[in-house]
Amino acid sequence: MSIAATQKRSFSAILWDYLTTVDHKKVAHLYLFGGGFFFLLGGLEALIIRIQLIKPMNDFISAGFYNEMFTMHGTTMIFLAAMPLILALMNAAMPLQIGARDVAFPFLNALGVWLFIFGGILLNMSWFLGGAPDAGWTSYVPLATDSATHGVDFYVLGLQIAGAGTLMSGINFLATIINMRAPGMTYMRMPLFTWTTFITSVLILFAFPALTIGLFLLMFDRMFGSAFFNAALGGNAIIWEHLFWIFGHPEVYILILPIFGIFSEIFATFSKKRLFGYTAMVFATMLIAFLGFMVWAHHMFTVGLGAMANSIFAVATMAIAVPTGIKIFNWLATMWGGSIKINSAMLWSLGFIPTFTIGGMTGVMLGSAVADYQYHDTYFVVAHFHYVIVGGTVFGIFAGLHYWWPKMFGRILNETLGKWTFWVFFFGFHFTFFVQHFLGLMGMPRRYWVFLNDQELDLGNFISTIGAFLMGVGVIMFLWNVIATAVKGEKAEADPWDGRTLEWSIPSPPPFYNFKQVPLVRGLDALWIEKTEGNKQMTPGEPLDDIHMPNGSILPFIMSLGFFIAGIGFIYQVDHKLWYIVLYGGMALALGTMVVRSLKDDLGFYVKKEELEREAK
Amino acid sequence: MKGWMGKFRALFILGVLALVLTGCGKENLTAFVPKGYGAESSMKLIILSIVVMTFVFLSVMIIYTIVLFRFREKKGQEDYIPKQVEGNKTLETIWTVIPIILVFVLAIPTVIATFDLADVSGAAEEGAISVDVTGNQYWWHFEYQGEEIQTSQDMYIPVGEKVYLNMISSDVIHSFWVPTIAGKMDVNVENTNQMYIEAYEEGVYWGKCAELCGPSHSLMDFKVVAVSPEEYEQWVADMQSVDPEEEPQDAVAVEGKELFEANNCMTCHAIGSTGSNVAPNLTNFGNRTKVAGFMEMTPENLADWIQDPEKFKPGNNMTGTYPDVSKEDAEKIAEYLMQLKHTEITPDVAGN
Amino acid sequence: MSHIHPLNPETMPNEPEKATLEGKNKFLGLWFFLGGETVLFASLFGTYIALRNSTAGGPTSQEMFGLELVFIMTILLLTSSLTSVYAMYHMKNQDFKKMQLWLGVTGLLGLSFLGLEIYEFAHYITDYGFTFRSSAFGSAFYTLVGFHGGHVTFGIAWLITIMIRNAKRGLNLYNAPKYYTFSLYWHFIDVIWVFVFTVVYLMGKVA
Repeated sequence: MSIAATQKRSFSAILWDYLTTVDHKKVAHLYLFGGGFFFLLGGLEALIIRIQLIKPMNDFISAGFYNEMFTMHGTTMIFLAAMPLILALMNAAMPLQIGARDVAFPFLNALGVWLFIFGGILLNMSWFLGGAPDAGWTSYVPLATDSATHGVDFYVLGLQIAGAGTLMSGINFLATIINMRAPGMTYMRMPLFTWTTFITSVLILFAFPALTIGLFLLMFDRMFGSAFFNAALGGNAIIWEHLFWIFGHPEVYILILPIFGIFSEIFATFSKKRLFGYTAMVFATMLIAFLGFMVWAHHMFTVGLGAMANSIFAVATMAIAVPTGIKIFNWLATMWGGSIKINSAMLWSLGFIPTFTIGGMTGVMLGSAVADYQYHDTYFVVAHFHYVIVGGTVFGIFAGLHYWWPKMFGRILNETLGKWTFWVFFFGFHFTFFVQHFLGLMGMPRRYWVFLNDQELDLGNFISTIGAFLMGVGVIMFLWNVIATAVKGEKAEADPWDGRTLEWSIPSPPPFYNFKQVPLVRGLDALWIEKTEGNKQMTPGEPLDDIHMPNGSILPFIMSLGFFIAGIGFIYQVDHKLWYIVLYGGMALALGTMVVRSLKDDLGFYVKKEELEREAK
Repeated sequence: MKGWMGKFRALFILGVLALVLTGCGKENLTAFVPKGYGAESSMKLIILSIVVMTFVFLSVMIIYTIVLFRFREKKGQEDYIPKQVEGNKTLETIWTVIPIILVFVLAIPTVIATFDLADVSGAAEEGAISVDVTGNQYWWHFEYQGEEIQTSQDMYIPVGEKVYLNMISSDVIHSFWVPTIAGKMDVNVENTNQMYIEAYEEGVYWGKCAELCGPSHSLMDFKVVAVSPEEYEQWVADMQSVDPEEEPQDAVAVEGKELFEANNCMTCHAIGSTGSNVAPNLTNFGNRTKVAGFMEMTPENLADWIQDPEKFKPGNNMTGTYPDVSKEDAEKIAEYLMQLKHTEITPDVAGN
Repeated sequence: MSHIHPLNPETMPNEPEKATLEGKNKFLGLWFFLGGETVLFASLFGTYIALRNSTAGGPTSQEMFGLELVFIMTILLLTSSLTSVYAMYHMKNQDFKKMQLWLGVTGLLGLSFLGLEIYEFAHYITDYGFTFRSSAFGSAFYTLVGFHGGHVTFGIAWLITIMIRNAKRGLNLYNAPKYYTFSLYWHFIDVIWVFVFTVVYLMGKVA
C-alpha cells in the first residue's frame, strides 16, 4: 500500500482492500456497514411486529412466524446492530483519541469484524432454511431445547461466532489503551469515550464467556443429547437463565457505557466547556460496570429464587441509579455556563437526557422486586428497555455518527436533514414506547402474538404502531442523508467542530498511519490546551521517523468463513452424518488458516521517513 | 423547525390525553386497580417509586430547561470561550447523597414487601386452602389439595382468604399472572414454586401466561373466580360429588357422550377428580367462562374448536391426537360438554 | 527489522518477551484472554456444582471416581508447569536448545496427562456405562473436564507449532513473546486443573 493511493481505484481493488484490511478505520467502516444493514433488518422486523399488533386479534402473520419475528428482532438489534455500531465508533475514534497508529492486534481486529459479519449471515440464513429461532432473544429452555426447527441451532452457532469476534475486540481495545497511548497521555488525561471503551471492554471480557458457555450447553443439549436442561435426566433450566443473565445484564452496560462516553465528548465540545466532574465521571462509570455484574438476577425476580436473593438483587439494582444520576447531573453541569451550539449531534444528545432519565426512572421502579412482579414480562418492561436502548444507545449512535462522520468519511452530514431525522425519530419513539408502560400494567404481557378483543388495549397499541412508522421514516431520512452526503456533501476540514481531543488534530479522513508524529499530550482535552495557548497543532512527541505498520491479510476473512462453514455443519449433522464432512471441512479451513498465520512471520512494513516528508510538501 | 415542533407537541399531548381517557384498562384485568393482596402490595410500591422518581425527573428537567434557555450560543458571541470548570465538590456531593437517601426510601419497603409476599408458612395451617397448579401448553390445571377436586382453566377461590398455590409446569416455563389480584410467578419444570393469592372482592379475574411458552403463548388465558366463602364451600361440595358417568338429559347430548367416548377423548380428558390430566379436565365444563381460555362460550365455538383446534391455538397438543370429527358429530359432542354443569356456583354468581 | 535476528548476549534485553511493543501487547492480551477464560471455567464449575448430584439414577461420583489415577494426572500436569518454568529460565539465558528441550518435556508430560484422561473417560464409559448423555451429572462432568482436556490439547498443538516453526531460527524478539505467552497459558490450565481436582474429584469422592 502506498500513500499515493488516493486516486480513483477500481471497485474490485476497493473490495479487495476491505477484505484484507487490518486498518482500524476501515474495520470501523465494515462494522458500520454490517451493523447498519442489520439495523435496517431489525427495524423491518419491528415494523412487522407492530403491524401485527395494530388491532386486536389481528392475523397479519401467523403465531409461529410472529415468535420468529420478535426473536430475530431482539437478537439482531442487540448482537448484530447495536454492538457492531458501537464497535464501529470505538474503532473509528478510540485509537485516534489516544494518539495511536492502530490497535494492538490489527489482525484480531479484522478477524473480529469478519466473525461478526459471518455470524450475522449465519443467523439470518435461518429465515430461508426452515425457520428462524423462535424462543425469544433470551432463548429460555426448555422452550429453546424443544423448538422443532433448526432456528435455535442457527441462533446458537450464529451468536457463538459473532460473540467470539466481540470478545477479541474487547481484549484488543484493552491492550491498545494500556500499551499504545501517546506520550503524556496518562489514564486521567484520556478522553471519556476512551475511558468508557476501556471499561466496556472489561465488561465484554468478563461477560461474554458466560454466554459462550450457555450457548455451548444449549448446543450440546440440542445437538449431542446432553442433559443440562433436561429435567427428566436431572437437568435444570434455571442454569440457562443464570448464565444468560450473568452475560445479559453486563451486556446492557456494554451497550450504554460507550454511549455515555460519546455524549460526554459531545456535550463538552458543543458547550465549549471542559467536562464537568471528569474524575467523578470516570469512577461512576467504573462503579456502574462493577455493579452491573451484581444485579443479573433482577431479570429473574419471578423465577422463585426466594425473598433473600430477590431483596439483595433489588437493592443492588437500585444502587446503580446513584452513579447513573451522577452522570446525568454532570452533563447538565457541563452545559451550565457554557455556550451551547445545537446541531444534529447535539440534538440527539439533548434528546437523550429526558428520554434516558425516564428509562432510568422505570429502571429503578423495576428494581423494586415486588413491584416487578407486576411489571415483569409485560409491555412495561418492553417500554423500559426501549427507553434505555433506543433512547440511550440508538440516540447515542446517531449522535456519534453525526459527530465523527467527518473524521470517518471526510464529509459532514447534512444538518437540515439531520435535524429533521432527529425530530421525526424522537417523536416517533415516544409515541411508540410511552404508551407501552401503561399497556403493560393494563394486562398485556410481552411477546403476545395477539391481544384479545374488548380488553381496552386497542388504542394504546394503535398509537404505538403509528409511532413505530414515524421512527421508520426517521431512519429512511438518515439513510437519505448518508447517500446525499456521499454524493455531494460538504468536505470536512480537520477540525470542523472546534474539537478538544486528538482525533481533531489530524486530517479528515486521517492518513492510514493516523499520526505522522505521535503527539505529546499535556493534559485532558489535549488539542484544546494547544488551541488555548495559540498553537496551530499538537507538539510532536517524537522525531519524524519511519513508521511501522501491519500488513493487510485475507486470513481473517478465510478463518471466519471456515467457522461459518463449520457452523453449518454443526447445525445439520443431526439430520445426516454426511454433514460432518462440512463440519470438519470448515474446521480444517479455520484451524488451517490459524496454523498458516502462526507459521508465517508477519513483520509488517515501514512507511519511509522520506515518503512522509515528501507528502508534507 | 419551531412551528413543526409545536404541532408535534400538540399531537403528543393529544395522544397522552386519549390514553388517559381510556381509563386504566379493563376491570379485573388491569393491575392499576388492585383487588387482591399481592396486587395491592405491588401497587403501593409502584406509587411510591413513581413519586420518588418523578421528583428526580423534575429536578433534572428543571435544570435542563434552564440550561437550554440561558446558555445557548449568543448571536455575535460565537467566539466566546466559557470558563473551563473542572467540577464542584459541594454540588457533586449533593447529587450523590440525595439519590442514596432516595434509594433507601425505596429499598426498605421493597425488602419488607418481598419477604411478606414470600411467606407461605400459612399453607401448613389447619384449614388452609392449597391448590396445585400445573402449567401446560396452553392451558392451566388446578388440583385442590386434600379435596379431591380437579379442574382446569377456571380456578375458584373464596374471597378474603389466602389461597396457597404450588406451581409446576409439565412442559416449558410458564408464568402465572392475575394482574388485578397478584403479581406473577414463574411456573418452572423442575421445581415447585409457591405463592399465595387473596382476592378482596368477588369477581371473575383474568389470568394470563406471562412467560413465552410457544406460538399460542398469547392465548393461554385463564380465570380466577372469586366467590363468597359460603359459595366456595358449596362449590367444593358440588365438585366432590360429581358423577362422571352421569347420563345427559336430552338425546343429542346422549349421542354426544357416546361420540365423546367413541373418539377416545377420555384418554386425555377427564371428568371428575380421577382420570387422565394430560389435557384440560372437563368437570363443570358447561360453566366455564371461555372455550379454550379465550373464545366466547358458545356451542358453535366449541364445535369449531373440536373440529380444528390448530386454527385457534397454533401449536396446541390436541391437534392430531384423534380422528377427524365431522361437523355434526362435533356439534353433538359440544352439546354434551356444554351441559356438564355440576354446580350452581358459576362465574355469574361471582360478584352478585 | 533488527528484532528477527537471533539474539546474542550483547543485544539481549533483560525481558526478551516484553522488549517490543508487539511483545508487550501479546503479553497483556494473553493475560486478558486468561481473565476471560476464568469466567468461562467459572461458569462451567458453577454448572457442574449445580448438577453434580443430578445423577438420574445413574452412577454417582462416589461410586466411580478413583483418586489414585487422578493424583498421578495431577502430578504430571504440575510437573509440566515446572518444566515450562525451566524453559522460560533458559529463554532468559538465551539458551535456545535447552529451552526447546524443556518445552519438549512439557509437551510430553501434557500428552501423558491426556492419555490418562482418555483412559479414565473410557473406563467410566465401559465399566459404568456413564456417558455424556446418561444424566445431567454426566453432561456436566464430561463438559467441564473435557473443556479442560480440550485446552490441554490446544496447548500441546500450539507448543508443537512454535517449536517446529522456530527450530532452525533460534530465539529472537519476534518469537520470544510467543514462547512466553504459551508458558503463561500452560500455567493457567494447570491452575484450572487444581480446581478440577478439588471440585470434581476430591469433593466428588468425599462429599
